[in-house]
Amino acid sequence: MTSLRIDKHPVLNFPERKIVNFNFEGKQYQGFAGEPVAAALHAAGIRTLRHSPQKNRARGFFCAIGRCSSCIMEVDGQINTMTCITPLAEGMQIRMQKGHGTIKA
Amino acid sequence: MLKNDGIISPEELSPVVPPADRLARGPVAIIECLQDIPCDPCVSACPVKAIKMKEGITDRPLLEFDTCTGCGLCIPKCPGLAIFVVNMKHTPGMATVSMSYEQLPVPEKGQEVTALDRSGKDVGKVKVVRVVNPPGYDHTAVITIEVPADQVNNIRAIRV
Amino acid sequence: MSRNTEVFVIGGGPAGLSAAHVAAKLGAKTLLVDDSARVGGQLIKQTHRFFGSSNRDAGIRGVTIAEKLQQDIEEVSDRLTVLENTAAVGFYHNKEAGILSQKAYERVTYQAAIVCTGATENSLAFDNNDLPGIYGAGGVQTLMNVHGIRPGQKILMVGSGNIGLIVSYQLIQAGVEVVGVVEGMPTIGGYLVHASKIRRLGVPIYTSHTILKALGSDGVTGAMLSRVDEKFQPVPNTELEIKCDCICLAVGLTPLIDLFQQAQCRMVHVGELGGLVPLHDSAMRTTNPDIFVAGDASGIEEATTAILAGRIAGARAYETIHGKSPQAEAIVAEAREELRTLRSGSTGERIRWGRERVLKEVGEC
Repeated sequence: MTSLRIDKHPVLNFPERKIVNFNFEGKQYQGFAGEPVAAALHAAGIRTLRHSPQKNRARGFFCAIGRCSSCIMEVDGQINTMTCITPLAEGMQIRMQKGHGTIKA
Repeated sequence: MLKNDGIISPEELSPVVPPADRLARGPVAIIECLQDIPCDPCVSACPVKAIKMKEGITDRPLLEFDTCTGCGLCIPKCPGLAIFVVNMKHTPGMATVSMSYEQLPVPEKGQEVTALDRSGKDVGKVKVVRVVNPPGYDHTAVITIEVPADQVNNIRAIRV
Repeated sequence: MSRNTEVFVIGGGPAGLSAAHVAAKLGAKTLLVDDSARVGGQLIKQTHRFFGSSNRDAGIRGVTIAEKLQQDIEEVSDRLTVLENTAAVGFYHNKEAGILSQKAYERVTYQAAIVCTGATENSLAFDNNDLPGIYGAGGVQTLMNVHGIRPGQKILMVGSGNIGLIVSYQLIQAGVEVVGVVEGMPTIGGYLVHASKIRRLGVPIYTSHTILKALGSDGVTGAMLSRVDEKFQPVPNTELEIKCDCICLAVGLTPLIDLFQQAQCRMVHVGELGGLVPLHDSAMRTTNPDIFVAGDASGIEEATTAILAGRIAGARAYETIHGKSPQAEAIVAEAREELRTLRSGSTGERIRWGRERVLKEVGEC
C-alpha cells in the first residue's frame, strides 16, 4: 500500500490480509486488519504518535511488543492504549492523546 | 583487520586459502570462518568428510584441501555465509567464485551483475554462470560468477 | 474464574515452549500463558540461520525453529493448555498467580511454575534519543519481519553485537539501506562472519565511535557521530554527520524479572548475564522451591541455550510434582551436555563466568 510495505521478501512470505479503513486525527487511512495500530500508522507515514505531557516532545514507537509505553494513544475513546499490540479493525478512531489524556465516564 | 572493520586482511585469509597446486587442480572451498564460535553445520554438510573440527563445536572448521571436491554443498549450510568455492580451472585467465545469496532479485544464469569486494566496493561487472536455488536450500541461493583469475580472492559479493 | 494446573509456564518463547513441551510430555498437566498474539517469542522474527550444533537446529532459520516448537506443543495438546494474549500479572502466596487476558482476570493455582519472561531492550543516553524514528532492534524486527513494514529508507545501527549485525543484514534483505554500524569498543562485538556479511554489502562499521546526538525535531533526519578514546570519551573535532531517517538501538538486553521479585526469589546482579537475575541452581530452580526459570530471564544468552535450559526446567518441574523419573533425568543429562558444548570456547567465556557466579552463590560450584 505504501513504499514502506515489503511486497516481496527473500525469505519470508507475508500472508494476504484484509484491507480496512481507519481514522487518524480526522483523516482516513487504510491498513491491514489485525496488524498493530502503530504498524498501520507507521506504514502510512505517521511516526509521531503523541507528545510527551511535560516537555511536549514528539514520541514514536520503540519496542513494538507492549513493554515501553512510548506508543500509547487514544483508540476508540480509550486513552493509554498500547498501539503496538492493539490489532487494527475496520472503522477505528485513533487520536493523539492530549497530555495524560482524559478518562471518559 | 577483521575484528575492527569486518574486512578479512590477506594475512588473516592466507591460512584458509588452498595452496597453489591444489587451486590449479580445480574447484575447492575456502572457509572464511576465522573465529572460535559454537557452530558446526558445515561438518555434516560435507559428503566426503573434508571438514573437521579439532576439539569440537567451538573450534574453527579445518578443510582438508586434498579431500575437498569443491562440490559446494557446504555453501548454503553455513549460517555465517562464510563459505566460497573457487575454480581456477574454469577457462584461461578466468576463474569462478560460488557464494550464498539471500536477497532479491535472484539473478539468472547469463545475467551481468556488479561484483563487490570484501568492503562492498564495486570492482566491475561479472557474468553469472550458475544459479542453484532448490527448495532444500530454503531461500539461500548459491550463485556462481565468472571473474578474472587475479580477482578470485577479492570478489566476495554481488549486487544485482 | 480460576484455573488449576500442575505446571504453570509463563512466556511462550523458546525457553517456555520447550519447558511446557517437556513437562506435558512427561505427564504433567501444564498451562502456558504468553502476552503476545502468537507464541514463539523472538524466534518468529529471526530470518537468519542459527549457529550451534547440527544435532539441535543449527543451520535452520529462527522462523523454522519457532514452527518446530509450535508443532511440538501441538503433540501434547491433551495435557497442555496454551493461552495467547494473556499476561501473568502477579504472583501471590500459596502457589497462586493472576493472569490477565483481553477478556478477563483469572486466578491460577499451580504446583510448580516456570518463569520464562525473556528480556527487555536497553536504551542508550544521547541527545534527542527520544525522537520518533529511534527504535529498538527487536522493535525493528517485529515491524519488518512480522508485519512486513520497513522502519524507514535509511537506517543507522548502534551496536555491533550479534543482534546489531544480524538485524543490519535483515534490514538489507528487507530493502532498507544500512548507512553504518556504530560501536564504542575498538573491536566488533558479535560474530565476525556476521560483520563480514554486511561489510561486503557495503555497510561501514565504525568501531571506537559513539553517537553524540540524533538530528531532527519531529523525527530523525540524521545522526552526529564522533570517535571515542580508550576511556570512551568523545575525541574533539572527529564529528561525523550521517544522514538517515531512523536509528536502531542494539545495545543489549536486560532480563525481565518483575515476577521473581513479586515471588520474593533472591536476586543477584551479574553483569555478564545482563543485570539482576533470580538466583538459581543447575536444575533452574530459584530460591523459591516451586519456581523455576529458563531463557533470557535467567541471564541474556540466545535461543538454542534457552531451549535447552527450558527442557531442564520442564523436566525438573515435573519431578517436583511426580517424583524422580528416569525419562526426566535423561532429558536433563542430554541438555546439560549440549549446554556445556555450546558454552565452551572463547566466545562462551563471559557466559561461563556469569553462570559460574550464579552457581557459586547457591553453593554448587
